[in-house]
Amino acid sequence: MASRPELQAPPEIFYNDDEARKYTSSSRIIDIQAKLSERALELLALPDDGVPRLLLDIGCGSGLSGETLTDSGHQWIGLDISQSMLDIALEREAEGDLILGDMGQGLGLRPGVIDGAISISAVQWLCNADKSSHEPRLRLKAFFGSLYRCLARGARAVLQVYPENLAQRELILGFAMRAGFSGGVVVDYPHSTKKRKEYLVLTCGPPSLSSATPKGKGEDGDSDSDEDSSGDEENQSVSVSDRHRPRKKQKLNKKVKGREWVLRKKEQMRRKGNAVPLDTKYTARKRKARF
Amino acid sequence: MRLLTHNMLSSNIKGVTNGFPLRIEVEKVVEKEVDFNVDFLRNMFAKIEWKALAEASRTMGYSELPDDAESSMLDSDEFLRKFHHALLELHLEEGALVCPETGRKFPVNKGIPNMLLHEDEV
Repeated sequence: MASRPELQAPPEIFYNDDEARKYTSSSRIIDIQAKLSERALELLALPDDGVPRLLLDIGCGSGLSGETLTDSGHQWIGLDISQSMLDIALEREAEGDLILGDMGQGLGLRPGVIDGAISISAVQWLCNADKSSHEPRLRLKAFFGSLYRCLARGARAVLQVYPENLAQRELILGFAMRAGFSGGVVVDYPHSTKKRKEYLVLTCGPPSLSSATPKGKGEDGDSDSDEDSSGDEENQSVSVSDRHRPRKKQKLNKKVKGREWVLRKKEQMRRKGNAVPLDTKYTARKRKARF
Repeated sequence: MRLLTHNMLSSNIKGVTNGFPLRIEVEKVVEKEVDFNVDFLRNMFAKIEWKALAEASRTMGYSELPDDAESSMLDSDEFLRKFHHALLELHLEEGALVCPETGRKFPVNKGIPNMLLHEDEV
């Protein structure tokens, strides 16, 4: 596994033509980006009245996330620092307007005009100082300050981030709060290392009922449905005894894992967001001898 | 870049107090047809700086927009069509945006304005 892209080169250099090309050729990257932006749009919780809104896509890159916005009928403005990525966006005929700009320099938009903002895997770049003139704290402050100003009152910003560690998440969230946002972090699939995704859900304005942070997917408490309903009598083990086998090998079977263990493992997998078959009376049941 | 975006953009240079509206220098304008949506136009109307839009559309060679507009005019289909055309269908393909205070040029290439600031402008 390669190290984090933020540590390799500045974004305008890292996302060169080769890297940008991946965003049209790799179906895996496209799929992940589409899923992330769909979830971000869901968390944005725009009023469901069919009116197209003016949204902002920060770090729009090749316009993959913008495609999701276009599909749901919204107009959008995309900002990115990499010319190569924007060229790909032109090639993909992105519907929104593209701007070559650096979010760490502030957004440069008129106050109160944007109905919502999304950002997919971009904000963590601000935590790196790639030039001698870069000061991450000042850049975060400029970014969140200008984002707060350009959003309409009560509008939301959903920023999907990959913070490197706890301190970095605190740093990002801290600057968002200082800019005046209310909200917090929504973590999808917190128990999985691979599927885990963090979204900063920020609302412009003071905290209210409508700005309460939504729940993440695959969190504790929403997936254990009918675990305790089955009785103990089915608590058998999946052990196979065969008299034709030598005694030595038969001994191993004694340590076999029971139904409880299987259920626990399935629960673990479910929390990670994997597809797991339902728990039934057949789960971990012993096979008949004549099988 | 559409005039919708131009209407939202302002100059972000350090020390500039009024960076809006950016003056447009036209080299090439293209028109692309976009679906007409009344709800979006009504929603956007309150947020648009009308003077800047009318001025910008004139620079781009479209002089049908009136100098002043009120929300009552949104009932007229003819007005909405013109508004729609100016806001969403006129693209500045090549040219530049000029900061009204400092005169700094932001070049526009292939429809993408380059708003990157130099280090001393941040």
